[in-house]
Amino acid sequence: MNSPVTPSGSIWFRYASPASFYPLAGRLIPWFGAAAAILAIAGLYVGFAVAPTDWQQGEAYRIIFIHVPAAWMAMFTYLVMAFWCALSLAFNTRLSAMMAQALAPTGAMFAFVSLWTGAFWGRPTWGAYWVWDARLTSTLILLFLYLGFIALRASIDDPRRADRASAVLALVGVINVPIIYFSVRWWNTLHQGSTISMTAAPKMAQTMLVAMLLMTLAAWAYTIAVALYRVRSIMIEREALSGWVGDLERKAGPAAPTLTGATTR
Amino acid sequence: MIEWLAMGGYGFYVWSSYGMLAIALIVELVGLRRHRRESWRRVADMRAEHASEWAAGPGESKP
Repeated sequence: MNSPVTPSGSIWFRYASPASFYPLAGRLIPWFGAAAAILAIAGLYVGFAVAPTDWQQGEAYRIIFIHVPAAWMAMFTYLVMAFWCALSLAFNTRLSAMMAQALAPTGAMFAFVSLWTGAFWGRPTWGAYWVWDARLTSTLILLFLYLGFIALRASIDDPRRADRASAVLALVGVINVPIIYFSVRWWNTLHQGSTISMTAAPKMAQTMLVAMLLMTLAAWAYTIAVALYRVRSIMIEREALSGWVGDLERKAGPAAPTLTGATTR
Repeated sequence: MIEWLAMGGYGFYVWSSYGMLAIALIVELVGLRRHRRESWRRVADMRAEHASEWAAGPGESKP
């Protein structure tokens, strides 16, 4: 890393090795965690105290502040996960497969939350918790893709083989993301169309939009913090026998896994 | 306050949604902590297992 010969003064290559990414991730976690908390508090404040009651849906619409960010996050996280999987297949890089592995549980969590909150929003507005609508069904498939990815990894003992098999699954499943996104346009669905679009003015009050965007940013910061935290656990386990993990272990003492978390090791 | 919690009659739906998000976040964060502790424990076990091999040869080997 300190070698003057390598052309990679580039930060990307420098941090592509687990040994140098591990401490960097540890330093970043508190910042993203704090950002997530502050953005979520601000978003909930605007969403509940400032945003007006919807003239059509009453207070039930306030579910939007978590439903839409969760659904966006579930889709976007899948794309990021598939991106890391593609990198790991193409270049056989260790870190990218670990990143994909670290993202999957959080993506699954957001997919589940988007389905759950959608059900509790659908009941008062459509009269049903669930319908086999294109958007709902494709989001359910997204959840199953995440769970399948996790289960496939868990079922293969050799981590490099697990990397490859799960990467192929993730890349095949990526076709589902545009299907979710465009489902409200391609099919005649019960689910409403896009709330905001790039080309038209938002169909909602300014304050509602602000609350939703704050919650979306909170979801981003949360996902980054959690994925970095999880990837550190994955890294030490997969590189348990390498020198840098040994150094960390010696520094902190083998029998003292601290409860205070991120930055201690 | 009671009126606010009632959410204009939609309290059950609104709080079921937010409540499940809270549960999901807590489950994930508690799981993260546990995962981390288990990882360090496994690292310690694996290194202890290999310590004898390393003692025999020079330096540390990569897995």
